[in-house]
This record gives sequence, C-alpha cells and structure tokens, in this order.
Amino acid sequence: MRTSKLTSPVGITAIAGIIVLAFLAIAGPLIWSTSADATAVAERLSGPSLAHPFGTDELGRDILSRVLVGARLSLVLTFGATAISVGGGVLLGLIPAISPRPIRRLITGFIDLLLAFPWLLLALFFSAIWGASAIGAMLAVGLAGAPSFARLSYTLASSVMGRDYVRAARIVGVGPFGILAKHVLPNTFAPLLVNAAVQASTTLLSFAALSFLGLGVQSPEYDWGRLLQEGIARIYVNPLAAIGPGIAIVLTGMILSLASELFTDTARTRPVSLPLRVAKRVLENVAPRVRGEKAASTAAVVEASDLRVAFPDQKGGMVERVHGIAFTIQPGEIVGIVGESGSGKSVTSMAIAGLIEHPGQVTAARLNFDEIDMSAPLSRADSDRLGVEMAMIFQDPLTSLNPALTIGRQLTEVTEEHLNLGRAESTRRAVTALESVGITDAARRLTQYPHQFSGGMRQRAMIGMGLMGNPRLLIADEPTTALDMTVQRQVVRVLHDAQELTGAAILFISHDIALVSGICDRVVVMKDGLIVEVVDARNLIRDAKHPYTRALIACVPDMLTDRTRPLPVIGQREAEPAATTEKSAV
Amino acid sequence: MSALEFRNLTVRYGTGRKAQVAVNDVSLSVPAGQTLGLVGESGSGKSSVAAAAVGLVKPASGSITVNGQNIVGSSAAARAARRKVQLVFQDPFSALDPRMPIGTSIAEATLATGRRWTSEQKAERVRELLGLVDLDPDRAKQLPGQFSGGQRQRITIARALAAEPTVLIADEITSALDVSVQGAILNLLRELQSELQLSVLFISHNLAVVRYVSHSISVMRNGVVVESGETEALLAAPTDPYTVELVQAVPILGERVEFGSRS
Repeated sequence: MRTSKLTSPVGITAIAGIIVLAFLAIAGPLIWSTSADATAVAERLSGPSLAHPFGTDELGRDILSRVLVGARLSLVLTFGATAISVGGGVLLGLIPAISPRPIRRLITGFIDLLLAFPWLLLALFFSAIWGASAIGAMLAVGLAGAPSFARLSYTLASSVMGRDYVRAARIVGVGPFGILAKHVLPNTFAPLLVNAAVQASTTLLSFAALSFLGLGVQSPEYDWGRLLQEGIARIYVNPLAAIGPGIAIVLTGMILSLASELFTDTARTRPVSLPLRVAKRVLENVAPRVRGEKAASTAAVVEASDLRVAFPDQKGGMVERVHGIAFTIQPGEIVGIVGESGSGKSVTSMAIAGLIEHPGQVTAARLNFDEIDMSAPLSRADSDRLGVEMAMIFQDPLTSLNPALTIGRQLTEVTEEHLNLGRAESTRRAVTALESVGITDAARRLTQYPHQFSGGMRQRAMIGMGLMGNPRLLIADEPTTALDMTVQRQVVRVLHDAQELTGAAILFISHDIALVSGICDRVVVMKDGLIVEVVDARNLIRDAKHPYTRALIACVPDMLTDRTRPLPVIGQREAEPAATTEKSAV
Repeated sequence: MSALEFRNLTVRYGTGRKAQVAVNDVSLSVPAGQTLGLVGESGSGKSSVAAAAVGLVKPASGSITVNGQNIVGSSAAARAARRKVQLVFQDPFSALDPRMPIGTSIAEATLATGRRWTSEQKAERVRELLGLVDLDPDRAKQLPGQFSGGQRQRITIARALAAEPTVLIADEITSALDVSVQGAILNLLRELQSELQLSVLFISHNLAVVRYVSHSISVMRNGVVVESGETEALLAAPTDPYTVELVQAVPILGERVEFGSRS
C-alpha cells in the first residue's frame, strides 16, 4: 500500500518537491548568495529581463537569486515553528491523557482557553514580548500553533487509552509513561504526522504574513515574506518582484500539502451505509398501494439461479463472493440461511433486495422477486412495489433508524408521503403496527426517539416499520445477534407473528444453526459463497448429509453437549484473515 | 480453598443522584483449579465484576482476595497481588495493539510476574506460550493484522498466561468469533485449565457455552447473583424464575421454538 502510494503521481510530485526544497535550503545560499548580495546601483529597480527574470530591488540585487537564497531562512523558520507547535502540543495533550481526573480537567480547560485566542493575536502578543525578530516570530508562530495540536493529540490519545490493549497493559502493570511510549505514541503517530505537514504549510503562510506586517524577519536578513513586503510596494511597476516570492510560498505550501497526503492512510469516503439506503428507497419509492389488497400470485416470492456477486479488490480486479447459487422462497415460507463470516449469506440477501450497488456486481441467469426482474435495472413502478413489498431488518437497528426523528415520524412518513394517508390515519396505522409487534402503550411510544428504546424494542419497531407497507418478504439479517438470549426469543416470536399476520415470507440470516432450525421451514447452509446443502429444518439432524452441515451442528455446544469431551472442530485450521485467503475471481 | 473471592462487592458508576449501581452486594468464589461460570445478560453487572477484579474500576465497597490476599486499592502489595488475576477480552481486534508485533505484546505481560526477564528469556517464553496456544512460534514478529479473529484470541490468551496468573478471567471471549472458531477456543481453554490447573472465571451471556466449560455456575441479573450451584445440578433444577427463563431461551438443535399458536 505504502509503496504504491509513493509511486503514484501525487507521491512522485511530493517527493520531487521535497527534494527540491531540501536542495534549496542546503545549497541555495552557497550557490546564489553572491548574485543575491551583489549590488548594482545602475540596474536598480529594473523590471524582468533575461539577466534578472524577476527584476532587481532598490539596490540592484537580483530578486530571483534572493528568492532562492531566502528559501533556507523561510524553511528553517517554518520547520522550527512547526516543531515547536507539534512538540509543545503533543506534550500538552498527552499529559492530561494519563493524569488523574482533576489535573486532566485543569489542563484540558487551559487548552480550551488557549484555543479561544486567535493565533495572530497570540503571535502579536509574543512579538511584543520578544521583539520583532526572526527567532521571536518563530517562537510566536510555533507556540500559537501548539494549542490546536494539544487538543488533537489529547483526543487521539484518549481514544487509544480506551482500547482493550491499553487496559491489558495496565492490568499487567505497565506504568502510564510506558503506555504512552509503547501504545499511545505509535498509534497516534500517523494522524499527528499528517497534521504536522498541514500545519507546516499554514505556518509558512503565517510567516509570510508576519514578515509582511514587518513583525518577522528584519533587514538585512530576508525570507520570502520579507521579499514579498519589499516587492508589494512596486507591484504596479514590476509585478514579478512581489509575485516571485509569492510563487515560492504557494509552491512550497502545495508541496507540504501533497506530502501530508502521503502520510494519510487510504481512507476513502465510504458509500452511504446500507440501512440508510434501504430507508431512502422505502421513503422515495413507496407506491400508492393500499394494504389488504393482498397479492394474489402464488408464484415463488424469490427465484434465483446462477446468482453471482462480485466486489472489486484492492488491486482493481473483481473478487467473486457468491459463486452461482440457486434457490427459491415460496409465499409465506420461512427460509433460513446459515453460514459463518465470509460465507456470502449477507451478500446473498443484499443481492435479493437489490442493495448491491456499484462497484459491486450482481449477475444471475434469473433473479426475481415477486415477478420483478431484480437483475435488470428497475422500472419506476417496479421499484415502487419493492418499497412496500419488501422490508429489511438489520443486526443493529440503531443504524437503520434515524436518531433525530421520533419513532412515530419514521413509521408514518411512509404512509403519509406515499400512500397519501392523513396524519390521523397514518398514526392509527402506526399504533396498530407497534401493537402487533408487541409494543405496549404504542401511542406514547410513537412520540419517543430511537435512543429511548432498548435494543429489543428498536428491533420490534423495525419489524413494525416493515408492516406499514404490504410485505411479501421480510429479510432479517442477524436480527437477534446483538440481543440478549431472552430478548432474542421475544423478537423471534414477533417475527413469527408478523409472518402469520401478513402471510409474508421471511428470509432469516444467522450464524446460529440451532436458532434457525428452530424457527424456519427450510435451512440453506452456505460456505465460501456456495450453497452446501438445503435441509428441511424440522428434520435437520436426521437429514443433514453434508459433512460441513454436520460439523456445524456438532461444533456448537448446546444444553445437551457432552461436557467430558472436546468439541468437534470443523475440518481445516482457522482461516487466515480474509485478505490473504480470498480466492481470485473465477 | 478459593483462588479468587469476592465478598459483598458493590460497584457504582458516577456519583451523587446519578450514581448507578452496577454490582450490588455480590459474593462469589472461584475455587482453586476450577472454572466458575458467570452468566447474565447485558446490564447484569457481570463485566463490572471482572473489571473490579483486575483493578479497572474501584469497588464502592466489599473485598476481593486472591489466595486470601487483598487485591483492592493502590497499595504496592494489593497491586502486586492483583497482577495474579489476568483478563482475556471479548474483542480480539481491539485487544491487541495494531502496531505492536504480537511477540512484543506477549512479552510485555511478563512484567506482571515481578521478576526480571532478559530479552532472550522473554523471546523463549513467547515461543513457549505461542506453542501452548497452538500457534506457530516463528510468527512472533508479525503484527496482529496478519492473524484471524480466532488466532488473535489465542494470542490474547497467551498474553494473559505470560503474566503467570493464578486466576484467568475470560470475559465473553468467544462472542465475537464464528461458531467453528468458538469451539476450538473453548477446547483450548478447557485444556489449558486442566493442564495448568488454572482457576478460571468464565463470563458469558451464552448459557450453553458456560455450561460446557464450567464446574459451577452463578447467574447474575441487575447487579445481583440470583442463583449459584454446581453446573449439572443447577441446570437440571433451576429455582429462580429468571434462571428458568434463561434455560428455556437457549435454542436447542432439532427442537422447534414454541410459539403457542403454531408449532
């Protein structure tokens, strides 16, 4: 990852830029100082020419040479000040992370206080103390940048301090400084480095500004800011006298920004989360279809054959995660998909729901939901039907419910916006929906927000939301995994009741084969993107033939497992992490 | 003789009117060389018991002792005795420093033994422990990212063992793992327990798993222990209504979940 980043256009540009800057800082004054300091009164204040591309100043010195020589002082000051900001900030930020509470409060309060001051004001303040000199300006800009670094490193350190590995280190008796050195610093280093590079480019500008204001470098020394100040007076006569140093500042700033890009871990913005996409689709596409008008069709609710799903891998190829599977779901049937992580069970359910978006690819000989061809682009009418006829319930309802809206608003939105029902009618229907999922005092509960619901209640509300339309299929993806055992039982019951109430089919995805076999009609066992076996749930133990299914049954302890013997372990050793075992595209 | 004993332990979070009692007057004892299963649902206080034992939270009242030695408080003696209790965490992904080679993580825990280790001794010990948890000792220099969830959990167990604990606390150590991996980790824990004669406090919400590894079981709810007893006896005839509900809630393979209206 790192090496490919270094050879990317951005990487090459940044590295080339850094080399040029380093060269200028080291060799610039050695090569050009004679021409930069050579006064030639005859040629004073001349405009751009071949001999003096940026013109000359009032003593006839070549401005281009002065820009090249000035690089050293500009860069030294910039890096000096950045080092002060980062060093001081990290120190100030890390101390509270390991301090007892009262000291922590005191220091973070102090940091907040410093943050409230504009940096320029601080810089002026420091200049007043140390006088207007290059060193004074460096201290001023450096210290002025420290509070924001302190805040950043405190935040980063706090999040690392909350990790289990830090707890583990504390338990074995590693002291606070050991934890800082061994765990906190290495894990905050990358983001700090990125911000240091960003900070360096702002610092450069700060210096230019300070020198321009006459508070920074004093004559006869000069940096880019100073040259800019000298040039600006003549900008109408010789624009390049000001633009020349300006170009140097801008280019250096860009190089520093590009360099910071190099340090960032490849954090791409992730696409909209899946639950949100579902919610959006439901809200956008619900058709004016009245409940009770039950679909009369007796054909299968879901028909899939040769279903394949592929996702791009890191190298730009496609990795197939589901390898051509086929199955059907009959109306009112409860089908369970069982498998371990990486088996493709969730991906399969998402493909059925039409939720695999670019760059993921779904291909199938046949993929129908309720006579809608899901493998082709959907027509408006079809996606409307989908919105009311299919509901999806996820493992974590907190991410699929909007935290800023009341439960009632989220339920009635569907019917109000798209079924054109009045508020009263919608609310009445929402009350019925909540009651049918076993939420008592439904009218009051509707006015509450998701965070006021417990995990089990939120899951019930999600099922209730599915009942607001005219469901033909409920897809429940690990709906009880995050819940307690006793609550799991209640939620499973609610799902079962919803099935009886609406006659909808249910696709129940879980890793728990005992649970699935206890509530489903048929069990589909998946492994590595393939269907291993489809078994009648009622006779699972008798009918399961495939060794993997049998192993899955045997490896989970239940209340009857023989405690004197080791648990049977599934064939091969634990797999390596996904990245190294993913099979390449077929 | 009990290896780890909690007497009238109370743990509170927050102060004043907002204070929440997580553990309320709980007494538990982990017998030497045996496994005590602590089962309960979220909010039952079972993890707070573990956190109090290793010093991550300070008990409001009550005592915790290891082999009769007090381990509460910040005195040097209590701190030293406390290191005899080691914790294996639930999430193997956040329990290992992503930037630290696993061998270094394991070696770090030798600090808890209170002895001085040369770097050769540490390296030797790391190899030995990796072998003990069925991992390739030559992989000590690799980072956690190169291991699967189950392998990482083996590493965290090795790290806990590096501290040479009297008592091992396993807090939901299989709930983040796949079922097939869960079986292997449970087997490993049982083997280690009987081979090393460890005393284990095994905490889980999964009654079937607790039943499989524990000699005796305590059931917690809302910060209180509602029932305790020898595993088979307790599960055969639970008396507390909550324990009864918990036992019934465990899905049994090959048995339909009863809903009343439809079989």
